[in-house]
Amino acid sequence: MNGVTKEASFAYDRADARVRADEGLSGAFRSFIDRIKSGDLGVLPVVVGLLVISTVFATLNPVFLLPNNIVNLLFDASTVGFISLGIVMVLLLGEIDLSIGSMSGLASALIGVLWVNQGYPIPVAISAAVVTGALMGVLYSFLLNKFSMPSFISTLAGLLALLGCQLFILGPTGSINLPYDSFLVRFGQTLVMPSWLAHAAALVPGLMMTILGLRQMKARKAAKLSSPGMSVLLLKVVLITVLLEAAVMFLNLGRGVPWMFFVFVVCVALMQYALTRTKWGRSMFAVGGNAEAARRAGIEVKRIRMTAFMLGASLAALGGVFSAARLATASQQAGAGDVNLNAIAAAVIGGTSLFGGRGSAWTALLGVLVIQAISNGLTLLNLSSSLRYMITGAVLAIAVIVDSLARQSRASHGRA
Amino acid sequence: MTEANTKPVSNKQPILRLSGITKTFGAVAALADIQLEVHEGEVVALVGDNGAGKSTLIKILAGVQQPTSGTIEFLGKNVEIANPSHALHMGIATVYQDLALCENLDVVANLFLGQEMSPWALDEVSMEVRAWQLLGELAARIPSVREPIASLSGGQRQTVAIARSILLDPKIVMLDEPTAALGVAQTAEVLNLVERLRDRGHGVILISHNMDNVRAVADKIVVLRLGRNNGTFQADAPHEQIISAIMGSTDNSVSRREATEKDRSQS
Repeated sequence: MNGVTKEASFAYDRADARVRADEGLSGAFRSFIDRIKSGDLGVLPVVVGLLVISTVFATLNPVFLLPNNIVNLLFDASTVGFISLGIVMVLLLGEIDLSIGSMSGLASALIGVLWVNQGYPIPVAISAAVVTGALMGVLYSFLLNKFSMPSFISTLAGLLALLGCQLFILGPTGSINLPYDSFLVRFGQTLVMPSWLAHAAALVPGLMMTILGLRQMKARKAAKLSSPGMSVLLLKVVLITVLLEAAVMFLNLGRGVPWMFFVFVVCVALMQYALTRTKWGRSMFAVGGNAEAARRAGIEVKRIRMTAFMLGASLAALGGVFSAARLATASQQAGAGDVNLNAIAAAVIGGTSLFGGRGSAWTALLGVLVIQAISNGLTLLNLSSSLRYMITGAVLAIAVIVDSLARQSRASHGRA
Repeated sequence: MTEANTKPVSNKQPILRLSGITKTFGAVAALADIQLEVHEGEVVALVGDNGAGKSTLIKILAGVQQPTSGTIEFLGKNVEIANPSHALHMGIATVYQDLALCENLDVVANLFLGQEMSPWALDEVSMEVRAWQLLGELAARIPSVREPIASLSGGQRQTVAIARSILLDPKIVMLDEPTAALGVAQTAEVLNLVERLRDRGHGVILISHNMDNVRAVADKIVVLRLGRNNGTFQADAPHEQIISAIMGSTDNSVSRREATEKDRSQS
């Protein structure tokens, strides 16, 4: 390559004369604009959507933006969030799990029966629920791997079967109340982080980004690769830290940051790490993008599918446990109605593709905030559930339209 | 393998030797008694009309299918190739006609798919450096390795697929129709890549319908017809001879030679 002029500025990835060297703040900004223009929208639509929704509801009813309402919203969001995080794993493979709602309902019923009625300790009951989820995941992946049964059908069958199980184990009474003074219910309804701890926790992402960013920059420099530069890293760190601290301060004006939401965010971060920084995560995206190519590359496609379905159903079960804690009851209604579609809609609104191979764990967090904001705002307006369903449906449709428009644009700009 | 061996004969020993390979699907013999030898740093072109058995032979060598009978000798030892990953780790890499790349992943991710460095905390920096080195060894021109495959041209994708095949430093690289979908300039690029594979000491098996390409890079041309060997030619053999071997017209060199030999033995 004769495009290299100065020995000092040599970098493997800048050697080609056709590549524009995007360095520093302006470079990062320029490539960001390029990405948006080509239809690689990332989280932008969700953030814009969230702002629009907040503005609309806040003007219609100022209660919406009160700190305690947002705290409530986060409590609610965590339960659906877990279910949504699970469905992201399945959607990444281009598969679907329609039984997540019933799975969460069965999990909450298991908590009620095993813990309250039979007197097992809470950890045993929670483990039983999660293991049940994992077993269902194994069953779905077995049906898919062995009999090529489309996950749409197998999980639709699962939806009915699990609902039946839930009704069966709840018995004729139909609902079991969980004791209000128990840890689980307090966790689901009232427990918040101490304010100093919440502030400290809000510093962690910025610190991690700085440490990892500096280390990566050093490694890239040592390996003669270009890196976006100090200024970009600093800007990101400052932005994230200020945003998080502001959010924590705002929530502390009310009851504080719910522990349940904190646990959810930590789980999302862990899943994001697993998806982007491990071989397993890379294999997930490969199977979702081109299963045959993944198979020929030596990836055990069947095993990857099994892990995805297992994670999906287990996280749905965990979401069911938390929603039982949130409602302090295990009832026949748990997991019924719109839970299923809300969780799937959250993942799609967040930006996970229904066709596999595109998405991230963060989409569950962002999407569930949108879904919960809508449902919370509409409840504050005293609208009936009939209207709520219609409006949530419309938002889902809009999200899918934005997704497919962005996909067409990406295709014409030569991006996956 | 480049070390001078104590036995000079072993230098001439082929990396891969197939003898009597037969593959039947029910009553149909897709391959019958196939012989093939590939040496270090040699480009062997496998040509033949549709249904000649080229793909079946490639699948057997890639471990996708098992031969019904016959022996595969690899580096002087009899081997059985049980599955694709076995073939890969033994030292036989395959570049499929459809390339088998994941369009949603970037070049680095595709190059290392299934072979990622440090599985629990992917070493992206080392992988990216190795990617640039691999592409550099092939003198390949890919502007950025952090773009998804979807943004690359056909020739660039072929380059990525070929670069991936040499990641594990295989003895043999098999290319299935590498130029079928490419334009003139990109075809030339890929032929350059094939020559660079040979110069690095890999044995190359090239399948192509394009006789010009084959003659441009091949050291040896093996013709298959209806699942059987139908002649082996040097690259400078007359065009008509190769074509008639492929087409199987009765008036070709092989049949003429057989006819004269029969006459001689009868007289």
